[in-house]
Formats: sequence, C-alpha cells, structure tokens
Amino acid sequence: MSHDTTPRPDDAGYLIRGASLLGGAPTDLLVRGGVIAALGPEAGRDAGTDAVTIEADGLVALPGMVDLHTHLREPGREDAETVETGSRAAALGGFTAIHAMANSSPVADTAGVVEQVYRLGLASGWVEVRPVGAVTVGLGGERLAELGAMAESRAGVRVFSDDGICVHDPVLMRRALEYVKAFDGVIAQHAQEPRLTEGAQMNEGDVSAVLGLTGWPAVAEESIIARDVLLAQHVGSRLHVCHVSTAGSVEIIRWAKARGIDVTAEVTPHHLLLTDELVRSYDPVYKVNPPLRTSDDVHALRAALADGTIDVVGTDHAPHPSEHKECEWAQAAMGMTGLETALSVVQHAMVETGLLDWEGFARVTSATPARIGRLAHQGRPLAVGEPANLILVDPAARWTVDPSTMATKGRNSPFRGLELPGRVRATFFGGHPTVLDGSLATPRPTPHSAPHGEQTGAQGGLQGGLQGGLQGGEAPAWNI
Amino acid sequence: MKHLLSTQDLSARSALRLLDTAEEMAAVGEREIKKLPALRGRTVVNLFFEDSTRTRISFEAAAKRLSADVINFAAKGSSVSKGESLKDTAQTLEAMSADAVVIRHPASGAPARLAASGWIDAAVVNAGDGTHEHPTQALLDAFTLRRHWARIAGTPSAGTTLAGMKVLIVGDVLHSRVARSNVWLLTTLGAEVLLAGPPTLLPVGVGSWPCRVFYNLDDALAERPDAVMMLRLQAERMNAAFFPSTREYSRRWGFDDGRLALLDTMGLDDTVIMHPGPMNRGLEISSAAADSPRSTVLAQVRNGVSVRMAALYLLLSGDPQDDDAADGRADQDDPPATTPEGRTP
Repeated sequence: MSHDTTPRPDDAGYLIRGASLLGGAPTDLLVRGGVIAALGPEAGRDAGTDAVTIEADGLVALPGMVDLHTHLREPGREDAETVETGSRAAALGGFTAIHAMANSSPVADTAGVVEQVYRLGLASGWVEVRPVGAVTVGLGGERLAELGAMAESRAGVRVFSDDGICVHDPVLMRRALEYVKAFDGVIAQHAQEPRLTEGAQMNEGDVSAVLGLTGWPAVAEESIIARDVLLAQHVGSRLHVCHVSTAGSVEIIRWAKARGIDVTAEVTPHHLLLTDELVRSYDPVYKVNPPLRTSDDVHALRAALADGTIDVVGTDHAPHPSEHKECEWAQAAMGMTGLETALSVVQHAMVETGLLDWEGFARVTSATPARIGRLAHQGRPLAVGEPANLILVDPAARWTVDPSTMATKGRNSPFRGLELPGRVRATFFGGHPTVLDGSLATPRPTPHSAPHGEQTGAQGGLQGGLQGGLQGGEAPAWNI
Repeated sequence: MKHLLSTQDLSARSALRLLDTAEEMAAVGEREIKKLPALRGRTVVNLFFEDSTRTRISFEAAAKRLSADVINFAAKGSSVSKGESLKDTAQTLEAMSADAVVIRHPASGAPARLAASGWIDAAVVNAGDGTHEHPTQALLDAFTLRRHWARIAGTPSAGTTLAGMKVLIVGDVLHSRVARSNVWLLTTLGAEVLLAGPPTLLPVGVGSWPCRVFYNLDDALAERPDAVMMLRLQAERMNAAFFPSTREYSRRWGFDDGRLALLDTMGLDDTVIMHPGPMNRGLEISSAAADSPRSTVLAQVRNGVSVRMAALYLLLSGDPQDDDAADGRADQDDPPATTPEGRTP
C-alpha cells in the first residue's frame, strides 16, 4: 500500500450536484477540507478534476442530525451495542453527532469513564460521540457525581443525566441545576416520579385497564416537569426535559417557556407515531420508558414540536439483546432502537403531515440539539466555510423496516414491517463521507494520526480509523 | 378457536358453543363412568407458574375425564428467578409433543405471548394471567348463572343467553382477572354488569367498560341484581393504602349478614351469591352468606370441570362449528349472536 502517492478524496473534495438545500432550489455544493468550500455555480468551478462527483438530483441536503439521547451500552453491555456498532447505525441514520447516555456499566459518572467512551467514539470515526455524564454517583440519586471533572475532561461533557432514573430528590435536583451553571452544563431530566410508577408497565388508561398491566400515569411525568421548571426558574438554570410523552407535559413546558424559564424539551420519534393500542399484542417490542401513550398525546406532541414548545427530536435509541424481549411483558426490558428509523419516522409524522418543512426538520434534529449540547461545530447552516456535517436525503424513497438488516445490534425496532418514507443517501461527517449510496462507506480518519492513503477501501479505512484513534486520538473529533 | 386466551375476543357464538358443550360434559359427570374417550392419546400440560391447587385439579380432572394424558408442570416463581425463560419452557413442552398447554402465570399477557410467539404449536389455554384474565373462571360463572336463569324461567339451559340478567361484581376489580373476564363475557352474553368497590380498587379507564360503576355497595344492591359476585381480597392489598383497614373494607364492601338479610327484605328471593374462591370468610363475605342457600360457591367448583372439559374438547378435537372454519360461509343454522361483537371499549 503506497502512502504518499494516493491522493485523499477528502482533500480533493466532493462535488454534490443539484441537491436541494433544506428543501429549497437545487444547488451544487463543494465539500473540501472538512468544510463547505463553495456553493452554487462556484462549487463546480472550484472543484478540481479529481473531486468526486455525487449526483444529488432529487435529494435534500440537511445538516447532519444530532441526537441528544442515545444508549450505546459500552462499557458493560457490549452484547447489546458497542460504540462502534451504535455509531455505524447513527451514520446510516443521518447523524453526525450522538450523545451517549450515562447508564453504562460502570456508570459514566467519572472523568475516566466519559473519556473512555469519548475515545471509543474517536476511534470509531463514524460520528461524533459525546458522552453524557451521570448526575449522581452510580445513578444512585444520592450524591452528585464529579460533574466538574467530567466537564473538564477531554470529553468536555456539557449534558448530564441520570436517564432511565429520575433525579427525584428535589434538593439534589436543585443543587445539580445550580452546580452545572459553572461550566454552562445542562441537566437532562428523565421525568418520572418513582412512587407513582412502582412496577409500572405501560401508560395508565383505557388500555392498561383492559390488559391488567400496572399503569404509568401521565401525572408521574408531569408533576416532575412542573417541579423542575420551577426549580430551574428559581436558581436561573438551564433544564432539558428528556422524552416528553404526554399532552399535559406539553402544556406545562409551554407555560414555563411563556414565563421565560430556560427549559428545552425533547420528543422521541416513537412517541410521535405509536400509541399504547400496540400493547394489546403484549409484544415487548412496544415496551419503553416513558411508555407509548394515547393518540391525543401523539397529536399534542406533534403540534408542540411544530410550534417550538418541544425543541428537539431525541431518539432514545435503546438496543437490547433479543433475550430481553423474547419473554413475558413484565419481565422484558424497556427500550426501542431508533437511530436508523428516526429520520423516516419524523418525515412521516411531521414533514408529510405539513407540520414541519425541511428547514424545521433541520432545526429540531440538528441545529437546536447541537445548541443544547453546546456543539458549536454541529447543526450549522449549510453555508460556505461551515463545517461539512451534512446529509443527503431521498425524501421520495419508500422502504420497509427490517430490523435484521440494521447496523445496530438491537433488533428491537417497534417499526418492524412498517413502510416509511425517506432514506439517507449520504452522510458527511467533518467533510468525510461515512455513508455513500445509502451504505456505510468508511469512518472518518482520526485527524493528525491516520497515515495518508489508509482509506482505500472500507476495510482499510476502518482499520486506519481504529488504529489511528487508539494510537493518538487526542485530537477532538471536530478538529477539522 | 385455536387458543382460549381471553373472553374479550370471544364472540357470543363461540361463548354459547362452549357453554352448550359444557352442558353435554356435565351430563357425563352424572354418569357412573365419568369418562369419555374423546382425547385419548392427546397430551395436556398444566404449566403453573403460580400456585393454584383448585384451578390445577379442575383442569386435571377435566383432561382426565376426556381420557387425555396429563402432565403437571409446577414452575413456581417467575421464570426468570428459575433461570429458565418462558421460551425455553415452552419449547421443552413442544419437544414433548404437548397438544395443549394450560398456563397459569403471574404476568399479564404471558399466555398471549406463548400463543403468538411461534415458540409452540400447542393450543394455549389461559388459566389465569396476572391481573389480566381468567377466561375459564368466567365461563364457569356464566354457566352457573345461565343454569340459574334458565331454572327460574323454566327453560332448558342450553342455547339460552343471559339477556335481561343483572350481575353485580364487588371488590378489588383493579387486580382481578376474574372481574375482567366476567365483564366481557357476561356482557357478550347479554347480561348487564354492575361494578362496586372502593375507587382505589377500580382501574383508571374503567369508565370505558360496558358497565355501571358504584362506590357504594348498598346503592348497587338497590339496583336489584340477580347475582352478586364477591371478589377475593388479596392479602398484599391490605397494607398498600388502597383502603384504611380490613374492617372498614368489610363494613363498606363486604357481603355481611346485614346485606344478606337485606336481600330477603327487598324480596330478591332469586338473587344468588357467587365467589370464585378461595374465600376470606368474615372479610369480603360472611360465613352466613357463603353457606346460605343463595350461595353458588360449590356449584361453581363443580361446573368448572364441565367448562374446562368443553374448552379442551373444542380446542383439541377440531370443532366443526368453529368460527374460523365457518369464515366466509353463510351458516343458516347458527343462532344469531345476541350482542354485537367487538364491543371493545
């Protein structure tokens, strides 16, 4: 393998021809040197003869999606997912950045663990992996974890969450909200009053009454959100509410925003589409926390995402090994995969219903989540000089969800068998195509460490990225 | 009918077919030789993840009277605590060529999971799952009520419905699989169902059920029910703030001697008192009520065997009048359904 004679395609650039920017008029883009080097007629003029041309007729160009809520399971449950497999799924799903939730084993509650996850992300090179730090030691809800150490680590943690478990102690929540102001952090709360949800299995309502499954009442979510927005107001802190699932929560958040409280909220794709009627099958693929709610809730969540009450879409991608779902409902694990279906579900539920245009889609899936996570280089406008974190989407494509063909290790997709619109044709992460022609291409070589000319094929590129990352992955992923 | 998982998805026609077949089975029980060769060579497994001697021996007697081979599989405790999954247990039974699996499980939906998973080909009979359903209990209750209703009217039991009958179900509806199965089945058969209990023990969502709800037992009794079904109060509910004390529960929702006398005062001579057993005497039902001529408790136990024989027989012998088999054919001889199907709230 000759190192110095093979030109790097990333250096020569990619000329994307005729992509519709955020659903607008077709335009050419030149991606080169990690940034959008030129737009419009200049793109073709500036592109050298060795630039790779990508025909994007009929494709929509969007900023790479940013997920604030991903479970990568590593360290600890590598049988469920690894940083490598999860970030591959993310790239295929159109993401250029994901936030790895803290409920790994050991819990991401120290600088050491968050740095480990961060480095695994760098080594993988498919997307930017930003660890979320735990709020409390071991997610125990009793003592604050070393939030400052995680914030100052190489992982540069800004989002803290005990996701899966609610920080229910009001004093601890208040202190956490206050403390993270020192480094512009945010507490992402999993709003679930624990006593009201003991043994809870599904949404409490008409369906749970018939099925004889213990109810997870909406009030258990809403009462915590109400408390937390008041705490955030009192101490002047930033609060992010994870996976809002009820119409009542929407009303509380709308009220809080009207009062000027610094709260942001997230909704999952599955809560935008699915209802608790699916639980009648007792198929645990529909078991998730917070649970699937009613169609009234679904419509309230869609309206809230459209009008900005809910700020972002977060996948809550939660892969599980099959044995955790091939069992009785009550014993099954909660969670659904989502990285590879998020774009299609949001297109189906929000874009095709006319609730959001592609610009709005970019706002809720990229720009705003990047701002909440303080990722300055993600979710940027598609403009000259901006980092080339962008995706090309075929909105006219139709596909049937088949979990067995996904890149995630999880097979627990609730959208199994559903025909959905929209496919990611290409993902550019820091100027490097991680997905081309709808398939995984190569991971982005780690800056400053991968030798030139490594990525001559999928295998070569993967090896280069891995070795480079492990050897000297000190450079931040966004150092382009 | 491939499985018997719930009464909610049981059509009026299938329910009547089961009850009519149970009448034939009851006649067998009155013979000197109480045995039919119908299921000779077939294997019925009683898969019990929860203790229930009463239900298990009832199913066992039913299968044996049909000449089936019976295997009792007591997998007490949850499958996870046992270390073996429901899937592995099911596949083990499949490998042993079980023709029917009668399953009792603490998790709601476990029988439905077993039936839909593809882990097993056998017919699945729900013998009580969590707080979901207990369809054979409701069938034996309906059977008992129908005999009572027919006797009052002086008509044969077979073929008749519960149209015009008013049944009051009292107690912990929230956690009762018996109540759920009865609400669906009795309304499907044409009865009017009333529920009475403390608001803490009625599920959120009960408002969409096809029945009237009372918080006061005496108000409900004033509706002049034809049958009063008392639900068992589980011990684990007693210290979980569902009600202040067992004495208060008993005063407000127990069928005590005063309420027994009230039935006489009201002239409700034909009103029966039911209980699925086992009873907490002195708590939800007084001894005088349990032992009174109005009590159907022992008749319910007896009828349980006939109903379970009917269920096993129809599932395993390939019922020629099966709903599924009759699909797409206009079957003129069939009695019309007495209530609309699909009355899912």
